[in-house]
Parts: sequence; C-alpha cells; structure tokens
Amino acid sequence: MTDTSKIKVSIRGLYKIFGAKPKEALTNVKDGLGKPELLDQHGHVLGLQDINVDMQEGEITVIMGLSGSGKSTLIRHLNRLIEPTDGEILVDGEDVLAYGEKKLHTLRQNTMSMVFQKFALFPHRTVLQNAGMARRVRGEDAASADKEGRKWLKRVGLEGYEDKYPNQLSGGMQQRVGIARALASDSEIMLMDEAFSALDPLIRTDMQDLLLELQRELHKTIVFITHDLDEALKLADHLVILKDGAIVQQGEPQEILLNPNDPYIMDFISDINRARVLRVRSVMDATTTAGVDISGDVEADANLESVIAMSGGDTTKHYRVMKDGKQIGLLHMQDLVRALVPVIAPEHDDRAA
Amino acid sequence: MAIYDGIFKTLGLSDWCATEDTGGPMTMAELLAQANNGGGDADGAEAVAEATPLLETPFPSLDVLHKSCGSVPRTRDMTSAVEEAFLNVKDGMKVVLDPLTQPLSWLLDASLAGFQATPWFIMIPLLMLLTYYASRSWSVLALVTGSFLFMAFIDHYNYAIQTLSIIFVCTIFCVALGVPIGIAMSKSNTMQRITIPILDMLQTLPTFVYLIPLIFLFSVTESKLYGIAIILYAIVPVIRLTDLGIRLVDKDVIEAADAFGMNSWQKLTGVQIPLALPNIMAGINQTIMMSLAMVVIASLVSAPGLGVLVLRGINNLELGVGLVSGFCIVLLAVLLDRSTKAALGRINASEK
Ligand SMILES: Nc1ncnc2c1ncn2[C@@H]1O[C@H](COP(=O)(O)OP(=O)(O)OP(=O)(O)O)[C@@H](O)[C@H]1O
Ligand SMILES: [Mg+2]
Repeated sequence: MTDTSKIKVSIRGLYKIFGAKPKEALTNVKDGLGKPELLDQHGHVLGLQDINVDMQEGEITVIMGLSGSGKSTLIRHLNRLIEPTDGEILVDGEDVLAYGEKKLHTLRQNTMSMVFQKFALFPHRTVLQNAGMARRVRGEDAASADKEGRKWLKRVGLEGYEDKYPNQLSGGMQQRVGIARALASDSEIMLMDEAFSALDPLIRTDMQDLLLELQRELHKTIVFITHDLDEALKLADHLVILKDGAIVQQGEPQEILLNPNDPYIMDFISDINRARVLRVRSVMDATTTAGVDISGDVEADANLESVIAMSGGDTTKHYRVMKDGKQIGLLHMQDLVRALVPVIAPEHDDRAA
Repeated sequence: MAIYDGIFKTLGLSDWCATEDTGGPMTMAELLAQANNGGGDADGAEAVAEATPLLETPFPSLDVLHKSCGSVPRTRDMTSAVEEAFLNVKDGMKVVLDPLTQPLSWLLDASLAGFQATPWFIMIPLLMLLTYYASRSWSVLALVTGSFLFMAFIDHYNYAIQTLSIIFVCTIFCVALGVPIGIAMSKSNTMQRITIPILDMLQTLPTFVYLIPLIFLFSVTESKLYGIAIILYAIVPVIRLTDLGIRLVDKDVIEAADAFGMNSWQKLTGVQIPLALPNIMAGINQTIMMSLAMVVIASLVSAPGLGVLVLRGINNLELGVGLVSGFCIVLLAVLLDRSTKAALGRINASEK
C-alpha cells in the first residue's frame, strides 16, 4: 500500500498454452484467438494469456478466479513448477526463466516457499521433521532445522504435536504444519495455492486471522490464491481477478468493489456484504479542512458496518476520519449509504459464456 | 517326386534346387542327413508317384518342401543352425558374462559354507532373533522356531539351511539389481516400455526353457548357474513393484518436494523410496517366494537343498522322501511368507 515499497515479483506478458505445439498455438493466440476457439480448432488449452502483475514487497497479492481460470497455473510459474510458453518473470529484478537448474533450486530453497491446498506434507515424516524440511533440503544440520521447526510450530499453535505424524492431525492442524514449514524456510516470498480452501469455514477464518497476524509481524511478500471473494477481500492488499486465463481487473480491493470494470466482476461482487467489506477510507471525502456539524471521529480502516451502528442509521450525520491521530478526511453518511448499493451489470444475458 | 515339385518347377527354381543340392560346403551332419534323405526321397517319390489324395496334402513345412527341393533346409538343419549360432556366440558371451557373474558364485558358495558351518545351536537362535527383529510378532517367532526344530528333528535341518542360504543370496541380488532397475523404469517411460516385455517374457517362459541355454553357457558344476536361473525368475516382482510404487507416490507430495527445491537425489531417497517402501517390500516378499519355487527346480542343475530330496523322491520313486521334503518346503515357504509379511505390515503401520 505504501508508495515507496519496491516491486518484489513482476510478471510480464506471460502466456501458457498446454498442448503438443504450444509455440505454434501462441502465434494464433497473439493474433486474437480465444480460449474456446483455440481448443476447438487447434486442440490446445489456453492456460494463461498476457498476464502482467507487479507484486509489491511485503504485500499480500490475492489472485482470484473461478475453477479452471488458471490460478494454480499462474502461481506455479513463479517458482517454475510450470514452464511458461512466453513472457518474463522477474524476482528482485532477476529473470527467473534464465536460471539454470542449480540457481532454480537455490531460488526454491531460499527465496520462495509454498503452501498447498491439499497440504502435501510428507506422510512418513513427523510434524517436526516436516516443519524443518526446507532447512534440511538446504543442507542445514538437524539441530538447526529442528530448532526453527519447533519455533514455528509453536508460533502457529502446534506446540506438543512435534512427534506426531501428519495423518494423526486434523485438516486445520495439518495446514498449520504446512504454514510452519513455509515460514521455517525464512523465505521472503510465500506462495499459497488455495491454502485454506480445504478447511471448514470456522477453521478457515481462524487461519486467515493467523495469516494476517503473522503478516503484520513478518511482512512477507505473499501470493495467495482463492476462489472465495470474502477471503480475497479480507486478505488482499492487491487483488487480481482472473477469468479464462486472462486478467479482467486488478488493483486495490476497495477500488475494485467501488469501480468494477467488467460485468463478470459485477456479478461476482453483487452478493457480498458491502457494509462489512468496504472501509471508511474508500468512501470518505479526503480533506483536512474541518467540517461542520461533526458527530464524532471514525478510524480510516473501520468498516462501514461499524459506522452505521455508531450513527444509529441516521443518514444526515458527518464524521471526522482519523488515521494515526490525525484527520485525513470527512465521511458523509449519505456517501456511505450510496456506496452500499452495488454496481449492477448492465446486461445479464451473456454471462453464461 | 514329392507333392510340391510342381510349385518349384513353375517358379523356375528347379535349377536352384538341383545345383544347391550338390554344391557348397557341408557339415558332417548335413551330409549324413542328405544321405538318409536320398533314400527316403526315392521311396517317397514312388509312393506319391501315383497321386496324393487332396485330403492328405501335407502342410508345406520345411521337411516336406525339402523333399521337393534339396536346397530348402530341413527343420533339423534349422535347429542345428540355431545351436551353431548359439555355440558361436557362446564363447564371446562367456568372456563377458563369466567374470561378471563370478561374484554370484563366490557369494553362493561362501554363504552355503557359512550357513552350514554355523552350528545349529547358534543358527536357530540367530534366525529367531532375526525373525523377531523383522516382524516383532510372537506368533511368527513361534512358527519359525517350531518349524526349524521340527526340521532339525527329522534330519532335514541341513537341507533346509542350504535352501535358505541360496534364497538369502539370490534375494540380495534380486533387490540390489531389481530396485535400481525399477527406479530407472519409473523415471523414464521409454525404459518402462523396453523393460516390460522382457519382464513379461521372464515371467511366462517355462523355467526349463531358460535353463537350457544357461547350462551351455555355464558349467553345471558352478553354483552361479542355478543362481542366475533363480535370479532371472525371481527378480521380476521387485522390479515391477518398485516401478509401480514410485509411480504411485502422491503427486502433491512430489510437487511439494520440488517446490522446496529438492534435487532428484533428495527426492528419490527422501520421498519416493520411503513412500514406495510398502510396495517394494511386497515385491521382495514375492521375490522370496518365487526364489523358493525356483530353488527346488534348480536342484536339477545341482542346486543343493530340499529340492535334491524331492528330486530323489521322483527319481527313485521314494514316495516318503519326496513327500516329507515337499512338506518341509511348504513349511519354509509359509515361514518366509509370514515373517516378510509381518515386516511389511510393520512398515505400513508406521507410515499410516
Ligand atoms: N497439464 C495440463 N495440461 C492441459 N491443460 C491443463 C494442464 N494444467 C492445467 N490445464 C488447464 O488450464 C486451465 C487452468 O487450470 P488451473 O489448474 O490453473 O485452474 P485453477 O484456476 O487453479 O482451478 P481450480 O480452482 O480448480 O484449482 C484449465 O482449463 C485446465 O484444464
Ligand atoms: Mg488450482
């Protein structure tokens, strides 16, 4: 969110085509052939097309899209579990695609760690060995790996489970091990592919809170994948919405909510509780001039729901918006109420495509 | 003249048949055959001269065609040519194979000597200890102990120990060769495509069929002869199940290993083999059972052990000897199966 932050990961013009002759299909795609036509006419699957994303250091970038939209394909390009058909991936300004095997291993061992939807823990290793796995792979000795493993297991609330095997743990606990395993590698970038999708709603909320709490402390660059809009809005600093392998819109989540640029996204966001998701800062009038008839102070990051509760439903009130003890704007309840009305997609007929 | 004469004539091959018949260098065997056949041919000619009834038309096999055309080889010529060819490459193969397989002979002999030199009152407790260590099961231990005491009591201990020694060495070889082959198969689809037909062949070929070339390649006095026969037969399941086991390892887990930057060696030793271990162990169990089956047959080519007694039972019609030693083999099979299965169960349990 801070303007001074630097770009940690940058994806430039990324294409991925699955099939026997991806390079040939690529020229067709660049000439404007769509996903269904490509499949019909050439028998190739268009995985990703012309993806451009900048991921800021210390931020959570959430990639959201429906099943089959190419989310997993995209995240696996970052550590090259999948090779792109075309494009560039820059990490700290270095082109990852130019890496040889050795450098790639180093990148995966030191710079990136990953959390998986199905946990993917080693079933034949104890929880502690799993947690310290990244360090063992790097060649560190067992003592230091165990020390880090123990530390992070404790941090995710799994103290006392060190000697258990993964299958003796519940799903939520297993994913905590997955997170501890990623954290223990001390990598700057964390890739999370639907990390919480396999968990039931309550545990899921817990895990989201845990992640946010850890993030406040660690400031990692996190790439988080989800198909759940509420989860995306809760976690995202930067939201990327994918459809059929292409980006439909990306930006600050609040911004997308207030100004969706595509019927697909309007549909997507029409069902959410906007009062709970939208923040005061997104609907306020940014000004430092003292307003008239002020009923009180609200925090910039408070959600609209809390302000409505505070106002008792009175739409004529005005509030002073505060951040770090200073006024950064004025909130007029009328604007607030207006923001609660979702932007409606103009024509609904073509959405079944 | 014979029945297919006409065909050779119409094809204009009469000259070829006639000239080739007499010319060219011939082996002694061929000359003899020729001489015998000459007489036969004349008789035949008279016999068929009348007319061959249509229903009795013989299949145009090598032997029949030879009657019409001397330069077509007979089946016996063909088999002797195969033999010739085999004998020709044999020496070359021997030069390569002999030193390669020599360690097998040494190990088999050393192990036999070792097993037999160990007195029974050390050997049996040793086996008991090993059984318990592998299986951690009192019932299996009781079975093993009981069986060996029984066999010792009826004076079959020595034979049983010989059989056990051979199985022991052959299983080691099967695992040492089979697991790497299985791993290679799991890594490369081409390798798998090449190997599977060979494994199919090894498994379906009747054992006697490959005993024959082996007898010519290696002398019957060498222990590696039966060693190789057993290994060729018993190695198949280890290879198959290693390949299968590694291919069955959860893709997600492999992906995690990749994502954390494991190299292929770390993946193999740290993830794939440990997770394939239950399958590999099942393969080893099968291998042990198959080497036991083969060690009995291999007594035909001088493998010592219980098979020798079975053979004696057959040769001398000593029904009792054959039946009792057969029973001992069953006993051995059961106890080997039970103890390896118990060990396998233990591995499965620790992983689940
Ligand atoms: N190896 C492959 N070969 C062919 N097509 C593939 C391959 N992997 C993925 N695809 C295709 O690429 C598209 C995107 O798949 P991907 O797994 O990235 O979707 P996703 O957004 O992660 O979906 P989900 O939410 O179900 O995980 C799909 O149409 C899929 O069929
Ligand atoms: Mg996916």
